[in-house]
Amino acid sequence: MAQKNITLLLGGQPHEVINFDPTRTLLDYLRYDSARTGTKEGCGEGDCGACTVVIGTLKDGKLRFEAVNSCIIFLPTLDGKLLLTVEDLVHPDGSLHVIQRVIADLQGSQCGFCTPGFVMAIFAHIRSGGGAGLASINDALVGNLCRCTGYGPIIEAVRRAISEQVDDHLTALEETWIKQLAAMSSPDTLSLSWICPDTGKERHYSAPKTTAALTALYAAYPEATLLAGGTDVGLWVTKQLQSLNRLIYLGHITELSQITQSKTHIEIGAGVTFADAQPILSAHFPDLGEVIRRLGSSQIRNRATIGGNIANGSPIGDSMPVLIALNTELALQSVKGLRRIPLEDYFISYGRQDRIAGEFVAAIRIPLPKPDQYFRAYKISKRFDQDISAVCGAISVTLDDGLISSARVAYGGVAATPIRALNTENTLIGAKWNERTIQSAMSALKNDLSPISDMRASADYRLKVARNILFKAYIEYDTPLSQTRLIGDGAAE
Amino acid sequence: MTENTPPINGDIHRDIRHDSAHKHVAGSADYIDDIPEKRDLLHVCLGQSSRAHARMKSLDLDDVRAAPGVVMVLTADDIPGRNDVSPFAGDDPLFAKDIVQFHGQSIFAVAAISRDQARRAAKLAKIDYEDYPAILTIDDAMAAKSYIEAPQCVKQGDSVAALKKAPIRRRGCFRVGGQDHFYLEGQIAMAEPKEDGDVHVWSSTQNPTEVQHLVAKVLNIPDNGVTVEVRRMGGGFGGKETHPSLFAAAAALVARKTGRTAKCRVDRDDDMIMTGKRHDFRIDYDVGFDSEGRILGLDLKLASRCGYSVDLSPAINDRAMFHSDNCYFLEHVTINSYRCRTNTVSNTAFRGFGGPQGMIAIERIMDVIAHGLSKDPLDVRMINLYGKTDRNITPYGMRIEDNIAPELIAELAETADYKNRRKEITAFNQANKYLTKALSLTPVKFGISFTALHLNQAGALIHIYSDGSVHLNHGGTEMGQGLFIKVAQVVANELQIDIDRIKISATTTDKVPNSSPTAASSGSDLNGMAALAAARTLKDRLTAFAENHYDCPSDQIIFRNNHIYLGDQKISFNQLVHQAYLGRISLSSTGFYKTPKIHYDRKTHKGRPFFYFSYGAAIAEVIIDLLTGENKILRVDILHDVGKSLNPAIDRGQIEGGFIQGAGWLTTEELVFDDKGVLRSHAPSTYKIPTSADRPAQMTINLWNGVNKEDTIHKSKAVGEPPLMLAIAVHSALTLAVANANSNKAEELSALNAPATAEEILSKLI
Repeated sequence: MAQKNITLLLGGQPHEVINFDPTRTLLDYLRYDSARTGTKEGCGEGDCGACTVVIGTLKDGKLRFEAVNSCIIFLPTLDGKLLLTVEDLVHPDGSLHVIQRVIADLQGSQCGFCTPGFVMAIFAHIRSGGGAGLASINDALVGNLCRCTGYGPIIEAVRRAISEQVDDHLTALEETWIKQLAAMSSPDTLSLSWICPDTGKERHYSAPKTTAALTALYAAYPEATLLAGGTDVGLWVTKQLQSLNRLIYLGHITELSQITQSKTHIEIGAGVTFADAQPILSAHFPDLGEVIRRLGSSQIRNRATIGGNIANGSPIGDSMPVLIALNTELALQSVKGLRRIPLEDYFISYGRQDRIAGEFVAAIRIPLPKPDQYFRAYKISKRFDQDISAVCGAISVTLDDGLISSARVAYGGVAATPIRALNTENTLIGAKWNERTIQSAMSALKNDLSPISDMRASADYRLKVARNILFKAYIEYDTPLSQTRLIGDGAAE
Repeated sequence: MTENTPPINGDIHRDIRHDSAHKHVAGSADYIDDIPEKRDLLHVCLGQSSRAHARMKSLDLDDVRAAPGVVMVLTADDIPGRNDVSPFAGDDPLFAKDIVQFHGQSIFAVAAISRDQARRAAKLAKIDYEDYPAILTIDDAMAAKSYIEAPQCVKQGDSVAALKKAPIRRRGCFRVGGQDHFYLEGQIAMAEPKEDGDVHVWSSTQNPTEVQHLVAKVLNIPDNGVTVEVRRMGGGFGGKETHPSLFAAAAALVARKTGRTAKCRVDRDDDMIMTGKRHDFRIDYDVGFDSEGRILGLDLKLASRCGYSVDLSPAINDRAMFHSDNCYFLEHVTINSYRCRTNTVSNTAFRGFGGPQGMIAIERIMDVIAHGLSKDPLDVRMINLYGKTDRNITPYGMRIEDNIAPELIAELAETADYKNRRKEITAFNQANKYLTKALSLTPVKFGISFTALHLNQAGALIHIYSDGSVHLNHGGTEMGQGLFIKVAQVVANELQIDIDRIKISATTTDKVPNSSPTAASSGSDLNGMAALAAARTLKDRLTAFAENHYDCPSDQIIFRNNHIYLGDQKISFNQLVHQAYLGRISLSSTGFYKTPKIHYDRKTHKGRPFFYFSYGAAIAEVIIDLLTGENKILRVDILHDVGKSLNPAIDRGQIEGGFIQGAGWLTTEELVFDDKGVLRSHAPSTYKIPTSADRPAQMTINLWNGVNKEDTIHKSKAVGEPPLMLAIAVHSALTLAVANANSNKAEELSALNAPATAEEILSKLI
């Protein structure tokens, strides 16, 4: 039986939203239906951060705060969540929150339009235990564009806010929030429907809580749009003006958000966000961690899922080439059961994937690194942070006494799908790990790649840099990163 | 007795935070879209051309009209007045009729109940085009001699003869890309119909008067029927100087035709596609110099892409010519400027207004000369600087009377340890095969005043209410730069009252008429002076009243810290005001200012277009990755001249923000048009402005200790635009880094273009 309403905690109170378009964005709801105009729209595509709000989720009895871009979040995904906007940070007596005060005092606002978004991003950073080091602050802030200040005063404000360690009025409310959220949770599939007055068509939204429920639902409605983080699907509505009339939201399925590690591999559920996957992947594969660090912004990584990045099938998704090089296996599920395929086999051609009707990406399985395995990954983009790759490339070789016994080389941004560079791999396998081999591999690469020119880079540059990062991987085998890298851990200063 | 009085709160020359800072951080500062929507408000969306240059054989809007929620659709035929929203040339139609001249040009407006409905409906137009040949690039336009006005020339001496005689000569060409403003608040206007056919418009504009006048012309009503109001913008940077009129006029037209309030809030992608940007340039030089690196003759060719219409391009390109000297004396120089007309969006004002493109030309030439002579580029820059008493005439015939560049550069080089760091970099480069560093110091000299003489005027209006509280208004607009707080400080200082007694109010054309755009860095120079004049008038009236009322000679009446000292007596400002009110003294006054000394003949391009110059210099240290072309700014040191600052905290903010914005222009911000004239980088996903991580980890900003020689508002200097050009040091350093990497392999300095993306840098590495 379809419901008409959702409940979230807004302004510290359970707040019901009744009979609404399930593709209404959270931002529009705040600004135009709730008179909370402090949150701004700068781009409508999750790239500028002016719309940043903080979502509080109850997890293992604790509250977890995450900054997100409200402009591309559909309202019903807020069901059962705590929502904090810039207005909530102001003390009921009208005095400013410490974060707000230090930004104002340090000239961290000029035109002020981006400021509420920064305030909320900083709040999430501090509340989730973020550090005061420059790299840590930047990782928290790169999702917020400011065109006026040059960022210095804002960075300083973060440091100041952390050092002042002032308890805010919100901390005292957390106990209550936890109780309220626990009371709001329900084991059932949330199911909403709404009739679009313009088209007369019914728009459905379902949020199953178990994989079994999802499998059945998707089998019944294979034409439905699966919604995970929504960092791409959101834009189908805000930019392409698509009408999505049947949505299945995966965000409430606990089984899809599991990370497990066995003796041989790491298994990551399709619903795990990049933010959650980053620690374990960084620990085993530092370069994969670095690619994830540069994937989107903290707001995006808090929502975007590995499953979504794969299922989407984009040729420029950052994680694919890296995961392919790491010999990742993909688990696909449908009513017919679970099947596992090599990740690279999923991508058939541009816009086409190996996925039958009613089948969804359930998990990935990454083999744990072996002692003789050498792995590197590189992301090349116009801007270091929060940009889409011109080229993303990864290489994983097994070295056996100076000989390359196995090799996997994969790229994104250089063909219609993420690809494995098989000619290049063949050049490497069985050869000695030396400069000559790498040069031959670099020459072989042109047979594997078919790059195009677009606004991100020319085909020439893509090919050239794809080759050069192979060389970089080679030299980094025994050269400190301080002599080869501009950013990330160990980079030159 | 007044000497020991503490200063007022909010006095001049002090660090006072932005007047709206506490509202910005709380989300309670209202921008136009935050104003509660009126009942029955309509949302307006503009229908765009999908061709760069074509004739519309047919325009079928039936599906648009029939779309859900649509209330009205308007085309050129529905305009009661003039179909034009251009600043002066008359060539920017509100709605294109018959011919479209760029991809993204406005053709019609659709008004609907919801914004979503309006956006969806706008996509339903059926337009049958007959394509015309489109001129898209500077090179296309130069070949076709397609210009928005005749090429202009600035000349001094005899460059032809000087070049012939010069012992060393270098020729070269490079390109500098455009830049999108990327104000965080997109273009927006809301119009409310009033009685008698009047309309009240809220417009996010740097130029309320122009919006007022253009809306009036479109509606065919007198200027007095239109009021334009703007409390604040979420950023402007020049992008809201001429383009807001398009959206304001569309909203106003819908409001008039429907009798309902109409709002046009432009989607980010549409904003980037439909509004003009910084001009991209092709720069060709032919320079002759001696073995010391002294320039003997220079022939410079500046060609810019203006887009399909005139907009402000003549003045922008004039300013490019006037800044191709930067801080350097050019005895024999010819600067030819070509203003290319292309079938692309009409380029417009952007912080620096052509100055940056002119300045980067001469800074490249300095690096080329130094490279050719294997000299430290700083030494070459130093010997070419303008003199103090000779070698001080600019190519446009102005004598420079305030040159502080030599001392300022020397001080920066000293405090930032330029010479030693150059050595350290050489050592680093020798030890590193895959990464290369470089360091560069470039100066800035930026002319302050509008080159259009009539714009150098401003008005202000101050009321003192009978309780002693003050209402301040002037023609300047607030876009984040801190103009309002600076002007309020001026008034607080003059009346000697705490700044919180002064209400800062929205810029509104019905309070101060015929205002100039807030542009050319002139905001506080002009409006500060106008407000000072108004405050002084009121102070004089109060003094005259007190002289009479208290029988105290006027030379013994002193305003100090919220009080008036009358010989031995002391009364509060509020008391005096109240007494003056009872004494029937007018407590409201206007103030007016016009910049003195300036004159300029556009026919000969000679005169004194600038009241004074703002100076500065920056040292940038960069590193490049030789395998990928990726690059990073490691450290920046800035010394900048703001005269005697009205508010050093605000000025520092302008300097840092301007620098980072300039660095973005020259590194990651790339406007990519395809071969059909379609802008492909039209959103932050594809157009990359700097993030916090792009800010150099080490950044030092110091203010030059000096005062303005000219009689400006409390001896301060303009600060809005000049710091952007400090970022030329970044591009220069990147050019030198490429040269360092190519050493021994290349005789000529590589012609690194801007933006210096990773791809651009890798393409220049040998």
